[in-house]
Amino acid sequence: MGNSVGIVRAQRASFDVPLIFKSGAVLPRFELAYETYGTLNSDRSNAILICHALSGHHHVAGVYADSPKSAGWWDNMVGPGKPIDTDRFYVVGMNNLGGCHGSTGPSSVDPETGKPYGSGFPVITVEDWVESQARLADFLGIECFAAVIGGSLGGMQALQWSLAHPGRVRHVLAIASAPRLTAQNIAFNDVARNAILTDPDFHGGDYYQHNVVPARGLRLARMLGHITYLSDDAMADKFGRELKSGQYNYGYEVEFQIESYLRYQGDKFAGLFDANTYLLMTKALDYFDPANGGDLNQAFAKARADFLVISFTTDWRFSPQRSREIVRPLLHNGRRVSYAEIASAHGHDSFLMEHPHYFDVVRAYLNNVSREVSP
Amino acid sequence: MSDRSDFAAIAAWIPEGASVLDLGCGDGSLLRYLQDACAVRGYGVEISDQDIVSCIINGVSVIQSDLDSGLADFEDGSFDFVILSQTLQAIRHTEPLMQEMLRVGREGIVSFPNFGYWKNRKQVMLGNMPVSSELPYQWYNTPNVHLCTLNDFENFCRAGCISITERRVMAGGREVTMLPNLLGSTAVYRFQRGI
Repeated sequence: MGNSVGIVRAQRASFDVPLIFKSGAVLPRFELAYETYGTLNSDRSNAILICHALSGHHHVAGVYADSPKSAGWWDNMVGPGKPIDTDRFYVVGMNNLGGCHGSTGPSSVDPETGKPYGSGFPVITVEDWVESQARLADFLGIECFAAVIGGSLGGMQALQWSLAHPGRVRHVLAIASAPRLTAQNIAFNDVARNAILTDPDFHGGDYYQHNVVPARGLRLARMLGHITYLSDDAMADKFGRELKSGQYNYGYEVEFQIESYLRYQGDKFAGLFDANTYLLMTKALDYFDPANGGDLNQAFAKARADFLVISFTTDWRFSPQRSREIVRPLLHNGRRVSYAEIASAHGHDSFLMEHPHYFDVVRAYLNNVSREVSP
Repeated sequence: MSDRSDFAAIAAWIPEGASVLDLGCGDGSLLRYLQDACAVRGYGVEISDQDIVSCIINGVSVIQSDLDSGLADFEDGSFDFVILSQTLQAIRHTEPLMQEMLRVGREGIVSFPNFGYWKNRKQVMLGNMPVSSELPYQWYNTPNVHLCTLNDFENFCRAGCISITERRVMAGGREVTMLPNLLGSTAVYRFQRGI
């Protein structure tokens, strides 16, 4: 299956040309945390950008020297001999602007006030992310990516690359994604946001000054999200109606294994993630619509890349139907596009999991891409 | 199977640079052939996981879909040709799919094994379902649910207002002109919407 990229190191790039957001807000300066794996070839044509989803970050593959268990979130996919092969490609992972893993975000200190940005951090869009990623590409000397790859919210960024910078990306891999969210999907995000916004510890987003975090809200948001990332069948298989103590206790404490699991996941997440970043990420998801409510066929007329679109049969949060909504405007515009619908039991989370056929599809596609670039 | 003669017959009808949709494209070898021979702009439609990977390896754009649920992803008149090569006999909803082909494409091309081929008839005469290189399955494991003869297909087109514009019949890689329904093992038809 191939090996790990080994020990990696997070890096930072600083940008002091102001970034004007889609909302009109201006961020005078910012930093992006990133990692790279593999070697950029002499004509700088073998770079791949990995765009992360809601809770991801720049640590895509490999481990940190001081923490052997710190494998990157897509370590099964990215590495030497793996489908995204670091022997052939120069792979860039980055933490999105507004994130909480090293890039400038609401929890970072605003140099102008000396306090965390908190509620002052502008609401960000997928378009803004792509602009910030283009700045990182400039910084790394990458004129054109061989591929931009992302799952879920990351897939939206990959699509946006093909529209905002058609000349700077040759292939787009949009996995378990959608061209724009449906009402149901926005509704889930809104409930998650409400859990955070109504937490008494939220303090309008400026909880840092109060030395608290809206952990209860963030935990609920994550629990809800987690349910939607799994399939009914996967949950039934893993937990069924299994009880922790083997019997009903006729109370409201944790009884079913699924309750225990969700609370554990919620607590773990609430301890690691920033609530303001969660709000920003879900808003970016909701706002993304390359057609602004109009015709996707027209919106994708700008694209010049080739596309690989992948969905998973049991994913109901970003269902195969949503991926077909990406495929159709590409067909309409005569783009080269392939579409694979992977039979997987694991719902939306499938895009992060090792699955032989899914990996074969990505590997086969990127093999062809690697033939287009010089060694 | 006389793959290549089938391919060559199809390629002969397709002008340089045409847009082509290949339904049930398998590993993409026909589209690959057409891309190389006629520089077509093409997509395949295929349901098998393994074939999706093979198409990608062959450099063919492929959309994973079940033909029996129609061609909803494709717009009216968006292709010069829609091809159904050696797949007709495995389609459950034959009539709607033929109509879909002519909705999406200006012309259709279909190839299929001729059940009326004398060797098939002989096997039935001797008391067994035919098994051959064109029909390589046993009755119990065949995906073929709608086998037909040349006559059957032509009657079907007439009834469905589909007008056949060209036909090539082959056996053993050679063209058959005499008694095609008896002597041809494979047929390729070109058709369009009838008036």
